[in-house]
Amino acid sequence: MQWQVLTGQLFGAAHDVKADGDFLHGTAQLDGAAITVVGSTNHAPVGVAMALQQARVVLDTLALHPGRAILLLVDTQGQQLRRRDELLGINRAMAHLGCCVDLARRQGHRVIGLVYDQALSGGFITSGLIADACYALPEAEIRVMRIPAMARVTKISEARLADLSRDNPVFAPGVQNYVAMGGVRAVWTGDLQDCLRQALRDAPREDERAHDGALRGGRRLAQAVAERVLAA
Amino acid sequence: MSISISYAECSARERLNRLVDPATFHEWLPPAQRVMSPHLAQLGVPCAFDDGVVIGRANLAGEPVFVAAQEGAFMGGGVGEVHGAKLVGWMRRALRDRPAAVLLLAESGGVRLHEANAGLIAVSEVMRALLDVRAAGIPVIVLIGGANGCFGGMGIVARCADHVVMSDSGRLAMSGPEVIEATHGVEEFDARDRALVWRTTGGKHRYLSGDCDVLIDDDMQAFRAAAIAGLTRASAISLGSLEAEHRLLADRLRNAPEGADAIALWQQFGVADAAQVPDLDAAAVRALRVV
Amino acid sequence: MSDMLPGIEVLSYSFTGQHRPGPFSPVLVGVVGSGNLEVMLEPADGPACTVQVETSARGFGEIWQAVLRDFHRRHPLAGVRVSIHDMGATPAVVGLRLDQAVSELKHP
Repeated sequence: MQWQVLTGQLFGAAHDVKADGDFLHGTAQLDGAAITVVGSTNHAPVGVAMALQQARVVLDTLALHPGRAILLLVDTQGQQLRRRDELLGINRAMAHLGCCVDLARRQGHRVIGLVYDQALSGGFITSGLIADACYALPEAEIRVMRIPAMARVTKISEARLADLSRDNPVFAPGVQNYVAMGGVRAVWTGDLQDCLRQALRDAPREDERAHDGALRGGRRLAQAVAERVLAA
Repeated sequence: MSISISYAECSARERLNRLVDPATFHEWLPPAQRVMSPHLAQLGVPCAFDDGVVIGRANLAGEPVFVAAQEGAFMGGGVGEVHGAKLVGWMRRALRDRPAAVLLLAESGGVRLHEANAGLIAVSEVMRALLDVRAAGIPVIVLIGGANGCFGGMGIVARCADHVVMSDSGRLAMSGPEVIEATHGVEEFDARDRALVWRTTGGKHRYLSGDCDVLIDDDMQAFRAAAIAGLTRASAISLGSLEAEHRLLADRLRNAPEGADAIALWQQFGVADAAQVPDLDAAAVRALRVV
Repeated sequence: MSDMLPGIEVLSYSFTGQHRPGPFSPVLVGVVGSGNLEVMLEPADGPACTVQVETSARGFGEIWQAVLRDFHRRHPLAGVRVSIHDMGATPAVVGLRLDQAVSELKHP
């Protein structure tokens, strides 16, 4: 879904979200309360610059708008794969964005992530996945790595990876898998504004994803193993 | 005269046992409990009894600490469902038991690709749990010095810690040079050029740019001393600290010279004799830091 | 050779030994990396030394048999359970790890 259509469905005309290049930001109104909207479009690669742009928006919300909710709109091809970004510490910039989002949560801002198109690991870990909860549109895709690169690193053939990506929940990029595993809280369908309203209402404070993964059957061991360490 | 033992050449278990006070390490979910990956057999990959991470508690200079070590030789130290859950449980336990510090001997390529989606969620859960420990005022110390470095999602997790210790042989980054070369060609990043790889992601560069707090030799005694010194390095994350971090990173981005040459960047930082850095030992590089 | 899906081969062996070690905590040596293996020793009831091998390098049952028989000749253990995760180690490396595990048993 195009971000303009998405924001239209979420907020009608009650928002000023715009795109600066691939960087999305703005403020929206929902039920009389303002919401910070920040994210990316065009399957943007997230490099140092983009991570800092997004962090700036979160910091401004922290500094200027106590209690204001934050909506992270995720559409990314993952981290920017450039030597310059590595040199300049892209992992640190991403950690910084993640820490900003995390502090916002702790200071009472509800943070909701929404994968509305694509999410690939590096671009996703410190945005959608560090929110109170992450949601997705039905047609969205979440991947760890594209198959050709994955084949090179794992030495598993592209053909085998393609098969696994069709049938195997651990590999398949469809968001229903992520819901089953607990990584995504739910898929948004129908009235998206109502989905957002509900998400803000029941945003969890603790990380419930391993619990959800066990309950839904997509990730059977994570919660049990963590609990076992606590009991050891 | 004591013999120097290379941290890089030790296994995860050897590092951990040599780091902490002798005979004080107690392991949780040890190998005999066979808490292993449910996802590897389908790919014809053998499991490890501890799924590549050792977790437990120990004393360090007499202080009770929690300690964990990732085994880089198993699946590149990649984080899978069980590996990640062990770390999450370990950190949740720290919130309950309140050790003096939580120490992670990190060696990882990030998400274990063989467990794809489960690994990605696991890394995210590790990150959340680490930030919970920090928010509770318990220092989180990450030690990096293995041959595989600390990459991917773990490269992000490392920078969420209070205190990062690296040896000059260690590496800390997001994407591996091979992935960058595969995507944008050898002119972008020649993954076989070791000197280039270390100038871009190695301990000396990270130290000079402030992306790690301590630079040491590849030596077990040095890691132990740095770990002990790190016990007092807790620092709360606050709006003020994040604003300062933001300023630092934004300034660095704005002031960085064109291109991706580490030496030019160090010169811009004000490091004297920047071109010599690759040939200097850790002690000499420590003397040059200006950030 | 048919187009088989990759999988782990599981091999099991049992030897009757004479030397029962005293009570011991499980011993683990080695790492599961390419060309390497991990070996765990645990106490077991009964007179046998059992060995279970899980390996990604399939079709080497006879070589495992020979290596393990040699190992048992060197160390005729009783009441020990040996568990191995192997990723294509050579017979020499396998023998080395097994001996290493036994030496840790004797010198914890």
